[in-house]
Amino acid sequence: MTARQPARLLGKAAGRVATMGPGFGFLTVFMLVPLALVLSYTVFRRGRFGGVVYEPTGENFTRLADPLYLDVVIGSVKLAAITTLLALLLGYPTAYLIAKLPARWKVIALVAVVLPFWTNFLIRTYAWIVLLNSEGPVNSGLKALGLGPVELLYTDGAIVAGLLYAYLPLMILPLYSAVEKLDPELREASANLGARPARTFWSVTLPLSLPGVLTGCVFVFVPSLGNFVIPELLGGGRRIMVGNLIRDQFLKARDWPFGSVLALAVIAVLVLLLFAQAWAARRAGRGA
Amino acid sequence: MVRSRHGWLRLPFWLTYLFLYAPIVVLVVMSFNRNKSPYTWGGFSLDWYGRLAENDSIRTGLVNTLIVAFGSTVLSTVLGTLLAVGLARHTRSRLLDALSTLPAILPDLVIAIGLLVFYSTIKLTLGLHSVLIAHTVFGMAFVTAVVRARLSGMDTSLEEASRDLGAAPLTTFVKITLPTLAPGIVAGALLAFTLSLDEFVIAFFTAAPSEPTLPIVIYSMVRFGVTPEINALATLLLAVSFTVVIVAQRLTRLTEALR
Amino acid sequence: MTLISIDGVSRRFGEVTALDSVSLDIRQGEFFALLGPSGCGKTTLLRILAGFEQPDTGSVRLDGADLLAIPAHRRPVNLMFQSYALFPHMSVEKNVAYGLERERLPRAEIRERVAAVLETVGLAAQARRRPHELSGGQRQRVALARAVVKRPRLLLLDEPLSALDKKVRSEMQLELKRLQHEVGITFVVVTHDQEEAMSLADRIAVMDGGRVEQVDAPADLYERPRTPFVAGFIGANNLFTGTVQEKGLEVDGLGLLPAPEGPVEGGTAMLAVRPERIRLDPVTEDQAVLRGRVVDVSFYGGVSHVALSLAGHDRNLLVATQGRARVETGAEVVISWDADDAALIPMPS
Repeated sequence: MTARQPARLLGKAAGRVATMGPGFGFLTVFMLVPLALVLSYTVFRRGRFGGVVYEPTGENFTRLADPLYLDVVIGSVKLAAITTLLALLLGYPTAYLIAKLPARWKVIALVAVVLPFWTNFLIRTYAWIVLLNSEGPVNSGLKALGLGPVELLYTDGAIVAGLLYAYLPLMILPLYSAVEKLDPELREASANLGARPARTFWSVTLPLSLPGVLTGCVFVFVPSLGNFVIPELLGGGRRIMVGNLIRDQFLKARDWPFGSVLALAVIAVLVLLLFAQAWAARRAGRGA
Repeated sequence: MVRSRHGWLRLPFWLTYLFLYAPIVVLVVMSFNRNKSPYTWGGFSLDWYGRLAENDSIRTGLVNTLIVAFGSTVLSTVLGTLLAVGLARHTRSRLLDALSTLPAILPDLVIAIGLLVFYSTIKLTLGLHSVLIAHTVFGMAFVTAVVRARLSGMDTSLEEASRDLGAAPLTTFVKITLPTLAPGIVAGALLAFTLSLDEFVIAFFTAAPSEPTLPIVIYSMVRFGVTPEINALATLLLAVSFTVVIVAQRLTRLTEALR
Repeated sequence: MTLISIDGVSRRFGEVTALDSVSLDIRQGEFFALLGPSGCGKTTLLRILAGFEQPDTGSVRLDGADLLAIPAHRRPVNLMFQSYALFPHMSVEKNVAYGLERERLPRAEIRERVAAVLETVGLAAQARRRPHELSGGQRQRVALARAVVKRPRLLLLDEPLSALDKKVRSEMQLELKRLQHEVGITFVVVTHDQEEAMSLADRIAVMDGGRVEQVDAPADLYERPRTPFVAGFIGANNLFTGTVQEKGLEVDGLGLLPAPEGPVEGGTAMLAVRPERIRLDPVTEDQAVLRGRVVDVSFYGGVSHVALSLAGHDRNLLVATQGRARVETGAEVVISWDADDAALIPMPS
């Protein structure tokens, strides 16, 4: 190595610090440290008015097995899973058709998918309160058909509708980019080799778009699990989901350690699903 | 257009758009309803918009939200742009890459409780500043992602050409890198701004009760019950969001055309 | 006079050796070409000269002074990028003025020099246009003007013609040569296109696998390749490997082939014979000559190519003749060439 090496390295380091220093400094203080705090709280006893007492304990984790909480977890996983499935069933055909539209319509169709997403989340949820109310448009329609009124608001169905409405675009976008990337010649080759459209879909299109499917599922499932507003506003508080539980531990029950354990569980689910996604992406030979 | 053999796919396709837009249409129509009940049509009226203008808590909420959104957008844009340039030009670490996108991937609730715990540990008095910082955490991640995308599409030879022609690194950054990145920076800033405007969960955990942001005000109104005033507010917010998105879309298309 | 002297320069990227102890001298005022297939290291060498890469070992001197110690933006070296790298947000004249503004020259001088160089490349009328409003050839001229206006000691050109279509390309080829004479700057062009290198350069360095194979004038490179790689890379060649004898090269299955005097007797060597140096004659009684059968004749207008199969040789022999070929497919012919028309290259055994 020559004498100019150190000066070069110094210049490089200066560029690095000048560009990334402020950003990562900020993230360290306001994201990594808070996350580390939350993680550390999982093994300490709760303080009387929030916070923790620094006595190590494992009971925060054992409480997770309490049937009371286990029911909440199973119930919310069920609702989040139903939401994800419905999002996939609606989202895949939509994304598939959008990918086949001529370029001009493609942009319009995509913007139309994203637009509602850019409106306030609470307003979107509020819209469903109006829609599903016993005197709302859906029930008046059912009444006119002689089928109603039916109790729609404050049911699990209402929660699923709200969650689906909140996160459907997050399913469609990754699906779209996965389907869009597929080489149309692959489908043509499959057809040329004698496969019917359905066979082509199951053997070629779906496996290759699987990374996109999984990305969409993560994007819908995880926030559904952690949402506390929709169960409260559309479920009328009858159904408690993991999100509600976490919020209550921090803002009402003041049991931060248990709340941290619940948050850790949500992060664990997220990490697990992301790994599954990465695995599928590698298998399909490219990311989605 | 869509070929006939995809005919059966059209049902879920149109169902999706019906599902996405029906609630919005109902909301907007009902905001012009004279009736007190938001469910039955009683003729056209702008009464609820008038009432909205007189609602003090909404006005304070709006002002608070704008302060937070502007502040966090400025901070996110500066930090995020620098970070994106650093990630694209000064490192190959995939770990740092992942770290920069983490706030966008983490559930908002997790960021929210993390900051709540952190603020209480360092005994920070909550207020607009605490929300502003919290919004910068995720706003920055989105700015970084958008600017990075633009950087990876950018020809590195432009910066090399600048150096080759005698420009020092800082001059190159100001004269070449920033102008080429401008559309990405603007798009990222718009994104951070709209996200902050709408953000509820993190604000709910990090705001002082005396200084709620608009989404928090809306939340307490919605919880209290259904009133057409919210419809009017919703319609206004919809108009704002739609305008921003369409302007952003135009802007990117315009700059693409200029490239 | 030597302008640039490159000595023992090596550069590795992880497992890949891009440059393997490269030494070269580039003379003041010459048009020099770095020629080789992609991945041969020519671009890395170019980037080292420009200052975007540093070698792991070795030195580069410009007029005897250490060039590597100077950062890219202070070197009297300019580069014309393959993509042209024109700043999209600046007009043509702003692009050209950019480098002069960095030197903090007086405005009047900048304006004068920009106008003059745009005149030279014939783009005075397009001065206020943006790069995306120009044709490919015009963009190339802007890139060239932007680099030349700085009056560098050395101008580097990275695949200067590759982005142009065929017709514009030959035009620009002449243009480049004219400009080089006019401004008197030393040009180093990097290219994978041998015709481009041959027609432009005074001297060419052929590179392969991070090494310099041969440095010579185009005609010498063509007529006297000194390594097997150069013999195979430059132009079409008929190659035979065999053992050097007193009066030629002994090749398995073919016998003794005419070859110039050269390397050590008894050593392994490669014989390279250009297609246009081979004569075809009607078959005679003489048995001691090389015979072949015509497998294919193709007519290319000015020349015809004849492919021949030789008994005992697994590759076809290529022969080029002026005008229409006088042989037909299936015919037997006698093949010969003058020993001095062929090149004999010693091979590592």
